[in-house]
Amino acid sequence: MTTITNKAENPTAHLSAEQIEALGAELDAIRQEVLDARGETDAAYIRKMVDIQRKLELASRAALLVSIFPPAWIAGTVGLSVAKILDNMEIGHNVMHGQWDWMRDPKIHSTTWEWDNASTSDGWKHSHNEVHHTYTNIVGKDNDLGYGIMRVDEEQRWYPLYLAQPLWNFINACFFEYGIAAYDLELGRNLRLPKEKRSEKFKADLAKTLKKIRKQATKDYVVNPALALPTGSFLPALAANFTANVVRNIWSHSVIMCGHFPEGVETFELKSIPEKETRGEWYLRQMLGSANISGSKLMHTMTGNLSHQIEHHLFPDLPSSRYAEVAPKVRAVFDKYGLNYHSAPLPQQVYSAWHRVVRLSFPNGWLATTNAKNLPSQLKLLYAMTTADKRKRRVLQRLLESAAAKKEMVKAA
Amino acid sequence: MSTTTAAPDASARTGRLRTGFRSLLDAAVTPLSVDDLLDHFAPLRTGAATGLQGRIVSVHKETADAATLVIKPGRDWAGHIPGQYVRVGVDVDGVRLWRTYSLTHGPRRDGRISITVKAIPGGAVSQHLVRQARAGQMIQLAQAEGDFVLAPPVAGRRQKLLLVTAGSGITPVIGMLRNLYSRDEAAQEAARAAYDIVLVHSAMKRDEVIFGAELRAHAAAGRLRLIERHTDTDGLLTTADLEAEVPDLAERTAYACGPAGLLDALEAFYDERRLTLHTERFRPTVVDVDAEGGTLTFAGAAATTVETDGSVPILDAAESAGVLMPSGCRMGICMGCVLPMRSGAVRDLRTGELTVAVPGETHPDGVKIQTCISAAAGDCTLDH
Repeated sequence: MTTITNKAENPTAHLSAEQIEALGAELDAIRQEVLDARGETDAAYIRKMVDIQRKLELASRAALLVSIFPPAWIAGTVGLSVAKILDNMEIGHNVMHGQWDWMRDPKIHSTTWEWDNASTSDGWKHSHNEVHHTYTNIVGKDNDLGYGIMRVDEEQRWYPLYLAQPLWNFINACFFEYGIAAYDLELGRNLRLPKEKRSEKFKADLAKTLKKIRKQATKDYVVNPALALPTGSFLPALAANFTANVVRNIWSHSVIMCGHFPEGVETFELKSIPEKETRGEWYLRQMLGSANISGSKLMHTMTGNLSHQIEHHLFPDLPSSRYAEVAPKVRAVFDKYGLNYHSAPLPQQVYSAWHRVVRLSFPNGWLATTNAKNLPSQLKLLYAMTTADKRKRRVLQRLLESAAAKKEMVKAA
Repeated sequence: MSTTTAAPDASARTGRLRTGFRSLLDAAVTPLSVDDLLDHFAPLRTGAATGLQGRIVSVHKETADAATLVIKPGRDWAGHIPGQYVRVGVDVDGVRLWRTYSLTHGPRRDGRISITVKAIPGGAVSQHLVRQARAGQMIQLAQAEGDFVLAPPVAGRRQKLLLVTAGSGITPVIGMLRNLYSRDEAAQEAARAAYDIVLVHSAMKRDEVIFGAELRAHAAAGRLRLIERHTDTDGLLTTADLEAEVPDLAERTAYACGPAGLLDALEAFYDERRLTLHTERFRPTVVDVDAEGGTLTFAGAAATTVETDGSVPILDAAESAGVLMPSGCRMGICMGCVLPMRSGAVRDLRTGELTVAVPGETHPDGVKIQTCISAAAGDCTLDH
């Protein structure tokens, strides 16, 4: 994929400035409808969700006290995994977005909420709500794109190191909460600075995050297993907590990858974004930069309704329980203005996102020009590019791109 | 000596043990606390994380548009003195709104409390409580407050009281009366000996008198002298009426509760005569100020901006925008809503007075303003 402005066919080229503003007004009207209707049933929904999550977690942890018995281990681990997913996705993510602030309940409010995750709510709210939701899919601005460690766009220069990015992505998935915490701290950028140049704010945030990580790890890997000691369940309980954390991490990583990574989701160049982006232009960027996951009600709940990523990015502060109901209206706006509403089932979206990660781990055009027959010669080329110096690599890259373009033309003919 | 020191030691040890056990359990459920979880099972217990709550036990109609709610308060309820009020937080259409109501019972043996609410036209909370509230629902509570209470009885002297109430202004007074006369015979006798009460109550119509039957029963039993005024037949209660009806007015300790108009007139009347009057107001009197408004910036943890006009209290404007605000009586008395203003100007909605904060000129921590009675008079930055 290429940033939208560098594409041969810009998917927004057919829209005039007036049409973009009209589209914005239609989306505003959809938003207002929900604001007007929001009330008691919504409040009951989130309270019920919190109630279910807490009781499920409590019951699962109780089961793990006797997790030496395999059925208890299985039930406890499944329950704890689901509870952690609900805590992070349908509850934590959405409460910290301020989706429930209108209730004025100090116990369910973006300014007071804390979640079962390595990153602190304050750090996450900054990197997610302010940076990601404002600069969605702008290459170089939105760190959610590749989290600063991956090549997610053709326009990013290829280095041999990127060959390992499928592996990194997998490791990142398994330990996603720590990845997010590091990313909220902008750890990479800050660690590159000499110690004395790191800001006070970074040091304070780092201390807070480490404290949070320590408390979370103590809970899962010390206190709860220790409580299970009397039945000889220390190790099973420890394993269950570890498993639940990994399940939660892989699940949330997958859902989040599906939101912005699948092939066909647009990215943007910073210089193409007007200094004063209008409401309509902002909406348009959110519409094209997100992808939905289609599926059942249970699936929507388990993804924290991020399966409605498009609706979420258009209306990040509307209650998540309302996304399903606005989706058809939003889709109608896409259709009316000739835009692609990107939606597919979970396996398809996960495959698509991973395909992109793998494809971009190779130089541009390499995967497209490779088949079973030419694999040996392609591997030789890849080896040459990996070991070549900068100039030679650029030449080889150009040759590869022209070969890919030729193949594309043949296919088109 | 040794026995007196031994006891606290032992209790300190169990205290430490309990705290140690508690922090172990908290560590098992962090970032929540055990209290957060217990709230899902026993919200009325001591030390609830959600704060003091109450469960509505029953709702019964007093008149066509007034109802009494009997509430079982959480175990942290510290009790009250008849005449005091309580702040209640009620979820109306999913939004938590706080209002103040007088407690209409003296302390009861069953530990329950009651409030009597008159549905005001357009009043979100009062309409909700009178028409929608059902037994079993939970509401938020604060501790009882207020100094609109009777002086304790003095042995050997009968205190002469004048109680002037109008409309729902009867609610704190009924709490006082019930406390005096709803107990056993001996207590009632003692109350009658301690207080000589004249109650002047004004309402729109006879059948709109909240607790009408109960008040008349008190009068019939000789516990008080009741003077009822019905605006539809007698016209509005005036101070001249009062003087005519209560000749020994000057000798009586006076208490008044009702609409602002009545209270203002009474205060002027009592001031003139240099007599003391205890009043209870439910809403602040608001003066007309030029609508100015502006942008409110919350520079602290809330980190938001809110557009507001000059007629709405900052508290209401911020709450409508979803900001969690500290709040209290909502009428400029309790100081529960005070926030420091770093820069900007606000106008006191009761007096029209302007308060200005200029960085570098006013206190570095800002000027403290009461958000419930202050409206923005230009852009303001608040620490919150």
